[in-house]
Amino acid sequence: MIPVEYYIILSAILFAIGVAGVLVRRNALIIFMSIELMLNSANLAIVAFSSVLKSFSGQVFVFFVIAVAAAEVAVGLALMVEIFKAKHSIDVDQMNSLKG
Amino acid sequence: MTPNLILFLILALVAVATALGMLFSKNAVYSALFLVLNFVTVAVFYLLLGAPFIAMAQITVYAGAIMVLFLFVIMLLGAERLPDTHVLPWQKPLATVLTVILALESTYLLWTKARPSGAVLPPGAEVNTVDNLRAMAMTLFNDYLLPFEVTSVLLLVAMVGVIVLVRREKGQKS
Amino acid sequence: MHLSETATTGYFFLAPWLVFAPVIGLLVNIIFGGRFSEKVIGTVASLASGASFVVSVLLAWSLAAGHGAAVTVPFLEWIHIGNLELDWAFRVDSLSTTMMLVVSGVGTLIHIYAIGYMHEDVRFKGDPGRFRRFFVFLNLFIAMMMILVSGDSYLMLFVGWEGVGLCSFLLIGFWYDMDTLGRPSWANSNAAKKAFVTNRVGDFGFLVAAFLMFWAFGSFQFDEVFEAAHAVAPGVIVAITLFMLIGVAGKSAQIPLYVWLPDAMAGPTPVSALIHAATMVTAGVYLITRSAELYTLVPQAQYIVAMTGAITALFAATIAVGQYDIKKVLAYSTISQLGFMVAAVGMGAFVAGMFHLVTHAFFKALLFLSAGSVILGLERGHHHAEHSHHEQKSKGKGGKSKVEGGHGAHDRHEEVFDPGDMRNMGGLRKTMPVTFWLYMIGTLALAGIVPFAGFWSKDEILLDASLHYPTVYLLLSIAAFFTAFYMGRQIWMVFFGEPRHEAAAHAEESKPIITAPLMVLAALSLLGGALNLPFEGFHQLGHWLEYTLHEVEALPLDLQVAGISTLLALTAIFLSWLIYGRNPLKAGQPDPLKKPLGFIFTGMENKWFVDEGYFAVIINPFKRLSYFLADVVDWRFWHDWFHETVIAGTYNWLSNIGLNLYADQKGIDAFANWLGTATQSLSATLRKVQNGFVRSYALSVLVGVVFILGYLILKS
Repeated sequence: MIPVEYYIILSAILFAIGVAGVLVRRNALIIFMSIELMLNSANLAIVAFSSVLKSFSGQVFVFFVIAVAAAEVAVGLALMVEIFKAKHSIDVDQMNSLKG
Repeated sequence: MTPNLILFLILALVAVATALGMLFSKNAVYSALFLVLNFVTVAVFYLLLGAPFIAMAQITVYAGAIMVLFLFVIMLLGAERLPDTHVLPWQKPLATVLTVILALESTYLLWTKARPSGAVLPPGAEVNTVDNLRAMAMTLFNDYLLPFEVTSVLLLVAMVGVIVLVRREKGQKS
Repeated sequence: MHLSETATTGYFFLAPWLVFAPVIGLLVNIIFGGRFSEKVIGTVASLASGASFVVSVLLAWSLAAGHGAAVTVPFLEWIHIGNLELDWAFRVDSLSTTMMLVVSGVGTLIHIYAIGYMHEDVRFKGDPGRFRRFFVFLNLFIAMMMILVSGDSYLMLFVGWEGVGLCSFLLIGFWYDMDTLGRPSWANSNAAKKAFVTNRVGDFGFLVAAFLMFWAFGSFQFDEVFEAAHAVAPGVIVAITLFMLIGVAGKSAQIPLYVWLPDAMAGPTPVSALIHAATMVTAGVYLITRSAELYTLVPQAQYIVAMTGAITALFAATIAVGQYDIKKVLAYSTISQLGFMVAAVGMGAFVAGMFHLVTHAFFKALLFLSAGSVILGLERGHHHAEHSHHEQKSKGKGGKSKVEGGHGAHDRHEEVFDPGDMRNMGGLRKTMPVTFWLYMIGTLALAGIVPFAGFWSKDEILLDASLHYPTVYLLLSIAAFFTAFYMGRQIWMVFFGEPRHEAAAHAEESKPIITAPLMVLAALSLLGGALNLPFEGFHQLGHWLEYTLHEVEALPLDLQVAGISTLLALTAIFLSWLIYGRNPLKAGQPDPLKKPLGFIFTGMENKWFVDEGYFAVIINPFKRLSYFLADVVDWRFWHDWFHETVIAGTYNWLSNIGLNLYADQKGIDAFANWLGTATQSLSATLRKVQNGFVRSYALSVLVGVVFILGYLILKS
């Protein structure tokens, strides 16, 4: 028997790693992957709670999140391809023309 | 230390390690592969939590479709590595410190505040049964039918959007 | 709301057509008149006026059928403010129908006459385009007069009062760009202005009376005012009636405001007959009769009214003796006769006053129109004579003096021929026989010879005066004597003797369209006395008006008074024959009265210098005061010194030094500039945060999250 807190803490650690990835990496693709990691950590927490509460709603939400993530990745990667076409780089630091 | 707990700890270790691997890999392809491993580990957690459908969806959609797409794009763009730069020198240390604080804070908060009573599944329970799957399907198609359909529309919209984004305009230079 | 009964049976619903028939007529002539011939224009106008007459007859008939009970016909809500309710309603009672019948009846006859008269007049004056305008004005006058006499309140009466004043102004100044002889000048328009301004003085009195009335009674409605009048202090009534008398003096040409009426003869003759003899000028008499209930409450005011009328009657009659213009004589005669009427209504003899009003409308319209016929006859004669004159000498362009313009008038003496001057006439009895007989009838009626209409009405006034006011009786008797005298003088000068001018010798009789209405009026002048014969069983007008006026005194014929007045009239006519008839005036000879009477006749000739007196006493000082106020007070003091120097100077100084330099530049400007600079430097600092790196933006989000979580931890 595993206390649910373990899952939650694991989820928090994974989320923090995802946050760090977004902040530290300059490669837009890796930033994107970090975002996916954060989504996953959230999913893990939801499923853990769902299991404790004996409710399938949580699982259904996770299913939706996965669907939304798929759509998001499709659009995001398309955007990235376009950006690469324009800038010939996917370094986010190169995209700093919008500054004061 | 029950076998379940031991299994959990090992898997948790793998998950954190693969996540860190994704974070620190210089090569984007390695990052992607670490992430696939991470997703698979999470899928095992789902099985442990009694969500076999989500586990399968995780493996097919995330590990299969999405990550393949990632690899595909990485290789298409040839952007495995980025040259080193020296902009924002304070960003990395500050981000690291703040992330650690965030992790500590959220752990503390969850440990002390969010305590759903009871534990996850009694030991030895048959969790991943067909009945369980059927019950979840009932929930999905009864209570959440409309959101489900909306999801399909969302996917369609995303598809159309992607096509519009990458389409070559008439008369535009490639 | 009304004390009178409301119309139920009869033709009372037609009352608004009294006003609308002439209004439709004038609109038709305004809109379509340009395409009509003169005959059609005249016919439309006459029919409009005639329709008004028919309505008046129907109203009178309905009233008689209803035993004379006054009827109010509500028509329009006019002003409703809070409790103040002023409506346009028609009041049909025996008094107003009498006025309606006179106005529309005489008015229609004069319309018909004017078709013939104006046809020639516009050609002598050289502008046939004004024919239509004349009939539009004439119809407007009928409409306004109908509003005046049919109004249910003093306010509606005032609307009509001002409307007829406007028409009077327009028609006196009808030939606004010439004088009475057709020479280019502003004399006629000056006469119109004089009439208008003088009337304004009178209207001021009327307005004050109306305001007092509203203040005292809270209403303008006749019935409500009369009802309330008994409960009010007599002083208020005295004030109201005397201020009303000022209005009457203005409109009905009484001393001291009569001076406009002689000058009003500048208008075409039908106007003189309709407005300045028969109808509009009698509005004052109507007003007093209408306010009978107010006047009978205050004998002091009645006495003043009676004396005003009597003095005016005598004063104007003396002036009439010394006049040479045929219309001026009649004008002063009108003033004198109006004096008779005002004296009558002042004495409380309202029936006598109204009776004289009606008969006077007949015979004075007859006289004026006949005089117009005489003038036209002379114009024709002058035209004829001049034409043949030119043919003989076979030079000049011929035609009228008007065409020659200003400088031509000085070259030849005969250019300034005055067809209205009695010294140019003489012997017209032979050349204009119809006009002569008509004029005779009018003269006898005015002079008060039995059995003409004027005798009965004047006698009734004299009888009333002899019973109650001996002074008034004396004044009026002398005035009656003068009346007969100047009318005799006129007859002898105009129709007897030898022609004193080429034009008189060649004068031609007028066409039937001019003489036919005159015959109707002559018949009325002859028989009009039958309206109110002073015998037992008659007194029809008295009984008729009794419905409205209540206590009416029906006096029998007093042979003494009648005898004296007849004797005076015959003596005066005989005297005039002695002076003017036995030895007819020769051309160029001065008036035979000039030598024996000396300066008195000079006074009569010059209207007792009243106009000159007004100029010296009122108008010139007023002008000097105006110049002083305009130049010294307004321009130099107010404008130059006060406005320019004091206000503008101070303001400039204040705004330059105080506001501009200190408040604006050093205060507001400085603050605004500091605000701008501060914002600039602040934003220059803050923009460094916007470095464009999306990672650092995300970091700032994380900082926020960390802080919020820290807060949550510390809070618990």
